[in-house]
Amino acid sequence: MTAYIIRRILYAFPLLAGVNILTFLLFFVVNTPDDMARMQLGQKHVTEQAIQKWKEQRGYQMPLWWNGQSEGTGHLTETIFYTKSAGLFLFRFGRSDSGRDIGSDIMQRMWPSLAIAVPSLVCGLLANITLAVLMVFFRSTYVEFWGVIVCVAMMSVSALFYIILGQYLVGKFLLLVPISGYDTGLNAVKFLVLPVLIGVVSGLGAGARWYRSLLLEEVEKDYVRTARAKGLSETRVLFSHVLRNALIPILTGIVAVLPILFMGSLITESFFSIPGLGSYTIDAINRQDFAIVRSMVFLGSALYILGLVMTDIAYTLVDPRIRLL
Amino acid sequence: MALSCLLVMLIGVLSGCGDSVWNNPYPTSDSSSNILYSSFSERPKHLDPAVAYSSNEYALIAQVYEPVLQYHYLLRPYRLVPLSAEQHPEVIYRDSEGRAMEKESDEGLVAFTDYVIAIAPGIRYQPHPAFAKDEQGNFLYHALVPDALDGIHSIGDFPQTGSRELVAEDYIYQIKRLVDPDVHSPIAEFMKAYIVGLSGLSNRLEAARIPGKATDLNAFGLEGVKALDRYRYRIRIRGKYPQFRYWLAMPFFSPMPWEAVRFYRQKALQQRNITLDWFPVGTGPYMVVENNPNRRMVLQKNPNFHGEYYPSQGEISDRENGLLDDAGSRIPFIDRVVYSLEKENIPFWNKFMQGYYDASGISSDSFDQAVRFTIEGDVGLTADLRDKGISLKTSVLTSVFYMGFNMLDPVLGGGTENARKLRQAISIAVDYEEYISIFMNGRGIVAQGILPPGIYGRREGEQGINPFVYDWIEGAVRRKGLQEAKILMSEAGYPGGVERSTGKALILYFDTVATGPDDRARLNWFRKQFLKLGIHLVIRGTDYNRFQRKMRDGNNQVFLWGWNADYPDPENFFFLLYGPNGKVSAGGENAANYSNPEFDRLFERMRNMESTQERFSIIQQMQEIIRRDSPWLFGFHPKSFNLYHGWYRNMKPNLMANNQLKYLRIDVDRRARMRRLWNRARIWPLASILIILFAFFCPAWLLYRRQQRAGAL
Amino acid sequence: MVFFWTDTLIFLVLGSLLLAFLRFGRKEQWLRPWRKLTSDKPAMISLVILVVFLLIGLLDSIRFYPAHATASAGSVIVQGEPISLFDVWATTIRTHDEKTYSAPFASHLYTRELLPDGVGSGFWGYARLVHGGAHLEEPDSRVHDILQTVVQGTAKGLLVAGLLVLSAAIFRSRKKSTSMSKEICQLSGDDFEKPWRSVLVTGTLILCMGWTLVDLSVHYHVLGTDKVGQDVLYQSLKSIRTGLVIGCLTTLVTLPFALVLGIVSGYYRGWVDDLIQYIYTTLNSIPGVLLIAASILVVQVYMSNHAEAFDTIAVRADTRLLFLCLVLGMTSWTGLCRLLRAETLKLREMEYVQAARALGVGDPGILARHILPNLFHIVLISVTLDFSGLVLAEAVLSYINIGVDPTTFSWGNMINSARLEMAREPVVWWPLFAAFLFMFILVLSANLFADGVRDALDPRYQRGER
Repeated sequence: MTAYIIRRILYAFPLLAGVNILTFLLFFVVNTPDDMARMQLGQKHVTEQAIQKWKEQRGYQMPLWWNGQSEGTGHLTETIFYTKSAGLFLFRFGRSDSGRDIGSDIMQRMWPSLAIAVPSLVCGLLANITLAVLMVFFRSTYVEFWGVIVCVAMMSVSALFYIILGQYLVGKFLLLVPISGYDTGLNAVKFLVLPVLIGVVSGLGAGARWYRSLLLEEVEKDYVRTARAKGLSETRVLFSHVLRNALIPILTGIVAVLPILFMGSLITESFFSIPGLGSYTIDAINRQDFAIVRSMVFLGSALYILGLVMTDIAYTLVDPRIRLL
Repeated sequence: MALSCLLVMLIGVLSGCGDSVWNNPYPTSDSSSNILYSSFSERPKHLDPAVAYSSNEYALIAQVYEPVLQYHYLLRPYRLVPLSAEQHPEVIYRDSEGRAMEKESDEGLVAFTDYVIAIAPGIRYQPHPAFAKDEQGNFLYHALVPDALDGIHSIGDFPQTGSRELVAEDYIYQIKRLVDPDVHSPIAEFMKAYIVGLSGLSNRLEAARIPGKATDLNAFGLEGVKALDRYRYRIRIRGKYPQFRYWLAMPFFSPMPWEAVRFYRQKALQQRNITLDWFPVGTGPYMVVENNPNRRMVLQKNPNFHGEYYPSQGEISDRENGLLDDAGSRIPFIDRVVYSLEKENIPFWNKFMQGYYDASGISSDSFDQAVRFTIEGDVGLTADLRDKGISLKTSVLTSVFYMGFNMLDPVLGGGTENARKLRQAISIAVDYEEYISIFMNGRGIVAQGILPPGIYGRREGEQGINPFVYDWIEGAVRRKGLQEAKILMSEAGYPGGVERSTGKALILYFDTVATGPDDRARLNWFRKQFLKLGIHLVIRGTDYNRFQRKMRDGNNQVFLWGWNADYPDPENFFFLLYGPNGKVSAGGENAANYSNPEFDRLFERMRNMESTQERFSIIQQMQEIIRRDSPWLFGFHPKSFNLYHGWYRNMKPNLMANNQLKYLRIDVDRRARMRRLWNRARIWPLASILIILFAFFCPAWLLYRRQQRAGAL
Repeated sequence: MVFFWTDTLIFLVLGSLLLAFLRFGRKEQWLRPWRKLTSDKPAMISLVILVVFLLIGLLDSIRFYPAHATASAGSVIVQGEPISLFDVWATTIRTHDEKTYSAPFASHLYTRELLPDGVGSGFWGYARLVHGGAHLEEPDSRVHDILQTVVQGTAKGLLVAGLLVLSAAIFRSRKKSTSMSKEICQLSGDDFEKPWRSVLVTGTLILCMGWTLVDLSVHYHVLGTDKVGQDVLYQSLKSIRTGLVIGCLTTLVTLPFALVLGIVSGYYRGWVDDLIQYIYTTLNSIPGVLLIAASILVVQVYMSNHAEAFDTIAVRADTRLLFLCLVLGMTSWTGLCRLLRAETLKLREMEYVQAARALGVGDPGILARHILPNLFHIVLISVTLDFSGLVLAEAVLSYINIGVDPTTFSWGNMINSARLEMAREPVVWWPLFAAFLFMFILVLSANLFADGVRDALDPRYQRGER
């Protein structure tokens, strides 16, 4: 078990290295450091000299991959690629192209992202399962029929509509919550209600449908029939047998997405101007701040891989039949 | 059902707040405080006065840093008045030997100009940890180790602060910083040409520079800028440059204490994003206490502020408008200013309408809601907004937005008569009146030349129109008909948009930074305009970097650009067409790469003149030349429409001054009352949703029960 | 006639689908699921709707340069913007531009402006539209006119539908030599074994609505006009092609990668498997949006560096659309690849594969004859399931400006501008509504159809047992 986990973690390194090389290829094919400098220095009165200085200050004056002027290992280490990516593996993100420290920004922006993502996940899960259980409970009645139809319909609506309409109705028409913004501590609650609600509603269609089929699969199994034959009430069967067994795949599925929660939601955060990592990424894309985008790509990949490892572990913990070698 | 649970929770949470208004985005405890609420859409990149150069940065640092001069708040035309100076700078002209000259003597002999500036004694800096000293007089925080910074995330987290008096050396220190290789001031190159010794200092600093280590500027002298005593200093510039006074009113020339620079240079602080770029140190009425670019920025009244009084002079209309009610009162009035991050237009506007922002511009989407034109064509507010007590202020900005033609392009540019006729034809065909009416809701005036209203040399009326595009008919300006443009096209060799010599259709390329939802409509509009002449406009959208590079390489034909005046002088506009400023040739601001020897000669004469009758007539000649040559299609001067709530007082649009905050006043009680009135939550729709959901599941439950009972029987 | 990359590719996809249908359609192995699919009512209705969308998209993909009649040179062909067959068909709504916003069925502009009153200074009011309701003397009597057009349109639609049914019945009666009246009864009757009736009803409804829409749009803006006065209905219809291209071409890009890599990795195992797994895990672990953003930037750079090759907006927009498909494909092929790998792993251990190998059939033979055909149902299911997700993704990507070119008609771009319009007072709701409506219909039918395909093909999903 321990050996397996260690092997999985070691496997992450070549993956991350691959991610790094890929992002570097992409970003430096797009933008030469000169362009970045011009972008960051602003519009009026930018001189060639200022650009050189800017590059030097941020370590962009070196060659990209191969430094022909250095000695020994310097060929490889004194390059933009090495200096910019080696630190990432230690989670030292360095400074953004606009000059701020990325690490401390990420630390700060992580919390608002989590403050939305975690309640969305929990409430969403609760809502989805509740709805799915209801549909299974009332199966082959009009509730299931209409439930499925509503689910498919809700799935077919773009998330953007939920956000635009939610903001319009709740924020502008009903005047229940502030339209956008964020605050720290308990004050944050009133800002979070609407985005969380919209997050839950927009995921409801796909989620409830998915859990419904999961539960239905379980309902058809023999042990359920036996339990029902024993004379247990439908409610008992559903809750103490079906739901409990169905929870295993549900929970292991969630483990995979847990680490990604840190990355925040791009669209929701920018609509509600919540200062999380999602809006951080979008801003960086729009401002072409490649240092931040690189860091976020790396972070995202690392978290994704963490999710994979965690899923594997969760499976072994939950289901002893899966043998790890 | 889960949904309804959530809704119940939502109501529970909200009513738990116990506040009368649920949608208040600010803490309830602040409701009755003297706070001004404003917003920012993008975090300011730099708050270092040597680097900052854009309006959103100025909006903040102009409240913190005080240059020598400022613009008078109420008087028009714009005029400079002393701010931290005791009086206007004394100007001494010197010949090449350095001898002082009489003012009237020949201009050609002026080799240097001295500006002697005396600052008022007794001005003190805001409380700041950079000045904090222990009993022995050593600086407390100038040698910080990372461990000492536990719990310190912002500038306000330092337990000790200090202050000191403003001295002349601080101004000199800042001028030196303009050429500090670590600072990258955007005006460094520009100022090197004027301030004596600055380029020498730049070279010395460059030579002494050790990469990764900051240089101590105090160890270097600057020949042209000298302190005469504790409160007086002298700047010597080359030649005669009357516009230098305006520069003295810009934050580039505000004082900078060396302690602050040294303090912020510490690595440990930089890692916590505590830098001079984020937490300015000044003598102004406000100081930055919180700067979280991800959420909000907070300014607070500077307790050490030297004190200033509301101007008692103003225009005649100012008294009627109540702008002089506070004359002679001590400013600033407002205790705190909170700028919240607001990236999107829509939430901002909604919050303004709910009373959570005190002032707002009008985006074209909210225009119909806000503004009504009266029968006479005057602007007024809609009844809806008037009832809310909102007022509207308009002013034409000192900016010009133009469509440039690249004069290096073989088709559009060059000195040929044909190309000129082509440009003139396009100038007639692109109907900017329509543009302003569709895309700007009429918030702009069509440009007749390069100078916007309010700038010296601008001429109104029949004399001031662009005769190549407009006619003066019955006392009104009329755009020439399309027929004339078509004739010009034909004369230029493109009858009906087809090149006579080759028989091919004329295709022009239009480079633009295409982003945002509105752009497509705009670009379509431009295409239609060109199509009127049979010209096919091909739009090449790219990102800003690529666009800049194309401009630099001269690899473009048609583009849109704008210019915002740095200071109210025609020189600041005409230099955009001055040949030696060519974008391609010199990397300057002449984006059209226009070069006309006659124009250049006139410009060189005009730029250093005082505003006399002679200057006025030279300006008219220059206008005539560029109107004929049409290197630009002089687009429009935007008009700003701003809305202010009834509790917002003492506002007068001032396009030059950025430090208006100190004059403003807020009626806090009225604001609190109005907010309560406007923000009563509606709960009934939620209740009805719950009932519907309940009703949906009821029959199923009954059905289930019946089945159960039937099974039991 | 001009072919852009996406046009060519979309016809290629269609052609190969048709070919596959002709080749395999008669085989028993595929007839069974096909029968199952045709007995699925929602799926068949969705199929009809999808076909209509597809037809519009295809019409919009046949493009050519219109020859402008120029004044001076007689036979000059102007390389302007290409227009499509669809554009020709929709010339009325394409060219009926107003000045700015107007509501659906409106006869006046939505915003006030200064109007001349003939006397002097003019007054402030709503101007009449140039095209919308312009044929009416009394704009207030619109309702009557509209109703009349609706009735006429419906009647025409019914007529055409009736004719179609009649000709189908004649055809069938000739073929099977039965009486025609019986065939008509069968086609519309309940006893018919497949839900052709609902297909028929849907088709008739679409015909009636289409006809009505065409008739109405001559004199009205059925879905209003946008900020520059362009008809919103036209925009929504033009957006169909973008949605379809994104949904279909992305899959096309996905397929070869996923198929080849998935099969190779599952079949050969060993280091090949390790390498391929490494590649797709790496790609998968990069956040998709960031990968797309970076790639779109690359394309923009490439295009501005090679401006001469991309001289018209249409070419630029098309290239960007193609690359968006490529990139979306790049981020989405990994899922299918993993499924195929797992299935191949399973298949290669099957007895018949083992037997084939024992008989000395080479790897290529086994792959082509035994493995590949048995993977097709997975491919079909995942392709149809992905379609709706891709259409939705386009909207989101356009919102953060890394989607299609801003000059391309797409629902994403429409939503993007609609955001601002929702803040207007009074609200301009119709562009958002139009985008919502069309997108909803397409995605909903795609979802239902995908469900049908899955039910028909996947042995695990047997509807009867659920």
